[in-house]
Amino acid sequence: MKLLTAILIFVFTSCALHAEIITVAPEYEDRYQDILAELRCLVCQNQSLADSGSGLANDLRVEVKQMLEQGASDEEILKFMSDRYGDFVLYKPPVKPRTLLLWFGPFLLFVGGIVAALTIIRKRAIAESFSEFDETEKKRIQNILDKDD
Amino acid sequence: MIRLLAPAVIFILIAGFLYVGLYKDPSLVPSPLIGKPIPTFAATMLRDANKTVTDNDLRGQLALINVWATWCPACKEEHGTLVQLAEQVGIPIYGLNYKDDREAAIQWLHDFGDPYVLNVFDDSGRIGIDFGVYGAPETFLIDEHGIIRHKLVGIMTPQVWQTTFVPIINQLGNTVAQQ
Repeated sequence: MKLLTAILIFVFTSCALHAEIITVAPEYEDRYQDILAELRCLVCQNQSLADSGSGLANDLRVEVKQMLEQGASDEEILKFMSDRYGDFVLYKPPVKPRTLLLWFGPFLLFVGGIVAALTIIRKRAIAESFSEFDETEKKRIQNILDKDD
Repeated sequence: MIRLLAPAVIFILIAGFLYVGLYKDPSLVPSPLIGKPIPTFAATMLRDANKTVTDNDLRGQLALINVWATWCPACKEEHGTLVQLAEQVGIPIYGLNYKDDREAAIQWLHDFGDPYVLNVFDDSGRIGIDFGVYGAPETFLIDEHGIIRHKLVGIMTPQVWQTTFVPIINQLGNTVAQQ
């Protein structure tokens, strides 16, 4: 229990630290910020590499800075990270069989919702038009429908 | 009938997903390095700053690579198991001393026993980045060609060794004495 507490304190305090500021040459600043916002920190998983105060995040920020200065493209830097830490570090994971549901699930739900809504609206419209008939008419219609069966 | 069943089916589906999700540990991220050779590196040895060690020194036999540091409380917890594995199972264990202080690490091995064949001194953590390390302790299983076969994030225990490492080793066709 003591150990668990110690670990929790360690983990949470390391996540609560402020991200150390690393200065990047102005010509790289925009790309540097964009790339950091695209990457998840594995130590503090709800934070991007830009926000995380963990030691690893600091090391990785330095790595991104150095790669930028060496002329690496954005794709090369993102690939460098996903080669080592997996697609999970990318906030925009690549489209592949494993991530199909992730990418297109919301779209499926949206279409499903529209179909369900349209079906309900149509049923209601039919029911409403049906109610315009009076009792004798309804009986006649029912008779005709029954005959068809 | 459908009107009654549809919400129930949707509910069960969503509840099913959430239920499975309850028991998944989000801190365990599958490593993309499984099935790939260990990354290349060159560093100094922990015990001798004048001696160089490279990835080639780690290849050639079935072995463990253990990432540890003196600042890591969980590393201390698993240390006894590593000593036990080195002594009783006889599997070579290479250490990757991660972002640590050289003197403190040598003292630690003196105090708690040294299960390692050798230790790579990675003070900057740069080698750790190439290994995809995100939380010490981590333990890699490598085969005789230096291919990474398994990665454990967290504490090595006799149970973890028996239930996850031994089956993988058996599958690889190597015979390591069972505990």
